[in-house]
Order: sequence, then C-alpha cells, then structure tokens
Amino acid sequence: MPEPTAEELERRNRLQILPEIVSDQTSTDFPGHWPGENHAYDLEKFKKNFKVQFHTDDTASLMKAQKHAIPSSRRIDQVFSLIGIDASLANAFRRIMISEVPTLAIEDVFIYQNTSVIQDEVFAHRLGLIPLTADRLSLHNMAWYTKPVEGEPTATELTDQNCVILHLQVKCEWKEGGLEKAAKGVSDPNELYVNHSVYARDLVWQKHGKQTEWPEDDPVRSVYPDILIAKMRPGQEVIMKMHAHKGIGQDHAKFSPVATASYRLLPTIDILKPIVGADAKKFQGCFPPGVIRLDSVTSEDAKKYGELSEKEGEPKAVVANPMGDTVSREALRHPEFKDKVRLGRVRDHFIFKVESTGQWDSDELFLHSVQLLKTKAQRIKRGLDLMMK
Amino acid sequence: MPAPPQHMQVEDEVIIDRGELVEGNDDEKDRERIRVLAGSTENAASFQFDGEDHTLGNALRYVIMKNPDVEFCGYSIPHPSENKMNLRIQTYDNVNVYTVLEKGLGDLMDMCDVVSEKFVIARDEFYAGRSAGEDGDRMEE
Repeated sequence: MPEPTAEELERRNRLQILPEIVSDQTSTDFPGHWPGENHAYDLEKFKKNFKVQFHTDDTASLMKAQKHAIPSSRRIDQVFSLIGIDASLANAFRRIMISEVPTLAIEDVFIYQNTSVIQDEVFAHRLGLIPLTADRLSLHNMAWYTKPVEGEPTATELTDQNCVILHLQVKCEWKEGGLEKAAKGVSDPNELYVNHSVYARDLVWQKHGKQTEWPEDDPVRSVYPDILIAKMRPGQEVIMKMHAHKGIGQDHAKFSPVATASYRLLPTIDILKPIVGADAKKFQGCFPPGVIRLDSVTSEDAKKYGELSEKEGEPKAVVANPMGDTVSREALRHPEFKDKVRLGRVRDHFIFKVESTGQWDSDELFLHSVQLLKTKAQRIKRGLDLMMK
Repeated sequence: MPAPPQHMQVEDEVIIDRGELVEGNDDEKDRERIRVLAGSTENAASFQFDGEDHTLGNALRYVIMKNPDVEFCGYSIPHPSENKMNLRIQTYDNVNVYTVLEKGLGDLMDMCDVVSEKFVIARDEFYAGRSAGEDGDRMEE
C-alpha cells in the first residue's frame, strides 16, 4: 500500500465549509481507518508534528481600557495556536481551564450590618463574583477547605492555610453643608454625600497566622478596584466579614479563572480560479479587513490563464491572512465566485484565546490545565493498579 | 493597608494556625473511583469512573483508539446528574483490556508532557522576541 500523497494528507486535514453545511468534521487518524496505513500512537511522531505558536498578548490594551490593581508585566490576554493535536485533547485543556483550575474567591459572607438597599443575599452574591488577586505563589500554596455538612465527617478546619479573611465597612453620611446644598436643589451625590458608593477597593484584607509572611507589596485585593458593589445614601451602612476559599469553576462560576478560554480552527481560503477586476474588490469586501489583499495581474498570470490575457495590471484577489477570517461564508453567496473559491478549516490547528480574570496569567492557566489532565490520568492509573493487585 | 475594622474584636471564631497541611493518603479513594462493570472478559470490558466527565473521557477514548490492538473504544456519561463516566474497551484476540487501558493512560500523560514542554519554549521565545529584559522575575509553573 503506497503512502498517502501530500495532497491527500492535506485534504484529510481540512474541514469543508459549504454554503449550508460543514463536512469532514471527524478525525480519521486511527489504526484501521485507512487500509494499509499505520496510524498507531507514536510519541516521537507526535513530538515531531506538534507545534505551539504564540500570536498576540493584548494585556497592555486591556490594562489601558480599565483600571487594574495588577502590574502591567502580567499576561492576562493571550492568543496562541496548538498545531498537530487532536480536538479531544485541545478540548480537554479548554474545559479544564474553565472549570477545574482552582482560584480564590469569596465564599462566606458574615453580615453584621446592611442597611443599604441591596438585599443581603444579593450583596453576598456580588461580593463572591469579585475577582481577587494576591501573591501567586502564596495563593498556589493555599489548601482546600471543605465546609462542614451534617452527617459527613469530611469537613476541614478553618486555618490560615485555607481561608483569607476580608472586611468591608462603609458608612454613608452627609458631607459638611450637604443638607443645605440639597435644599438648594443640588443633586450630584459627589457634592452631597461621603461614601455613597461601595467599591471593590474598600475590601480590607485581615492577615492571620502565616499570612503575615505573604509579600507586603502584593496584598489580597480586587483585580479591578473600581467595581461598584452598592450605592448608599446618608444613614446607610454596611459591615461585613468575608471568608475567601480556594475553589473550582465546576462548583461555581466565580471560581473560574478565565473570562473566556476558547479555541477556533484556523480558517482556510483557497482561490481556485483567479478573481480579478471589480470582482476582486467585491471578493475582498466579503471578508473582514486584511484577509484578502489586492495585487495586480502580472504577465505570468496572463500567460497561465488564457482569460486574463487582456487584463494585465488589473487588481487580483490574493489571500493575505486567513487567520483574520470569521468564516461568515459571504463569498459563497455570490454567483460570480461559484467554483472559484473553497472555504475550509484546518482540523488540527487550534487558535486558543485565553483571557484571565487576573488572578493567574493566561500561560500559567494553560500549563496548569495540562498538568491537571496528567494528574487525572495518573489518579486513574493508581486506582487501576490497586484494583489489579 | 488600613487596620481591620473594630468589630473584629468581638469575634468568637477559632482559627487555627498550622504550618503545613498534612497530606492524606489518597490511595483508598483512588481505588474506589474505578470499577469494572458486570459482564467483562479478558478482551472486552466496561469501566466506570467516579468524578470524571468528557474532559478525561474523550481524551482517553482518543488515545486508546490510537492503539492498533483495540477493536472498539467509546465512552459515555450515563446520566448528566450523576458524576460518572463509563468507558468501553474491546480488543482483538489475546490482548488484555487492562493493559490497553493502562497504556492509554500512560500515553496520555506522555502527550501532556510534550505539550507543556513545547508550550513553554514557544512562550519564552515569543516574549523574548517582544522585548528583551522585560520579564525578569516571573513565576514559573
């Protein structure tokens, strides 16, 4: 049986994007699928074919757009590609990043006073969703906390290892002369009241036990100091104590370390017959900016394709950056491009976008997810070994 | 950092300071998480894993299917509200399903190592190229 040709391999590695359907979605690289070919697991082959490409890190623009309590050297918005890996593994990494990488979040809220208009439970929920940050090594070393459940002996003690204590105490009052101003018809709360808004920066960390040894310059705080938690009016007050624990996204979305962790397959655009002149401009308009470039028809093109003989110098559509395509399939709607263009996606090229909430860096999250998948396999293997004994 | 507010002093809660958390022996737990379902033979068996989902299920299915000795491999989540995953393996003659499962787990771990390794290299190259000397004191995984 002959080895498959390069064209055949490329064809197998493409999903077809047709006007109404997507076809050739499933992987076929299994032993026995293609007669006479060897598709058995081979670590060396995987090592040779697998590639990682970094594309962008948009942390800087993200930081510019919003006030951050974290240093600009952090990397919380990365785009990278995994090439030469199966969807099942890429998806495992994505799923683990979303729901199984642990983070610190507020879990218990003890409300001593809440006379604001936000109900206790709503207030507590809002506090839980605030993304926290602190020294990452210390966070990494934190232990799990299991709440006591009646009839179950699984509870763990509350210690400095598994619990971070935060306080929130804000009281809204009239500013000096505020009452008079209000009588005169002034309605701007900034002129009338002090502490009329409760922000995430009002959270105060109370160190206890070994936490006093955590780095001074990196306290437990909100990633975004300007998150508005509640609004108040004179006489209203909140006094709360919070326990933050380590948890995973599977338990509650507040523990998910990513805002988005997603991947898409690399789009491909094949121009089968030259598209020139006004058609080329229209073709360019079918894709997002930058995807299609307009070159001039050269004399070589004219020689190669008979129909271009009179058209030297006219614009010609050339694919410049297929990665920028959103695969809207607009090009497939127009009859003039029929049989001239083929859209597809590369089956084993996953463009990941990992946008962290700020507690961890995107690359740390990815590496952690790989580590966790390995740990999962290890755990099963240990159980299997014990079972076989 | 401001001092914690006053009401802290009326706290009655006990918080114990502990230097190191004692790591429990999880072997027994690991053993309980896996079982072989009824009707298994040497070269056809269904396994059930507790606490696993599509994350491990599909990845494991893929590496096991890559094994030429395997006739069939598939996984299912029998019920969405039960935290269980079933894995079915059938092998060709004279090949034991347990060794196939064990090899699959080993292969998966090896692939994870390759991914980590290459990811770190690509990341470091990218940031070295972007600006030299910017990232001196970054924490590594």
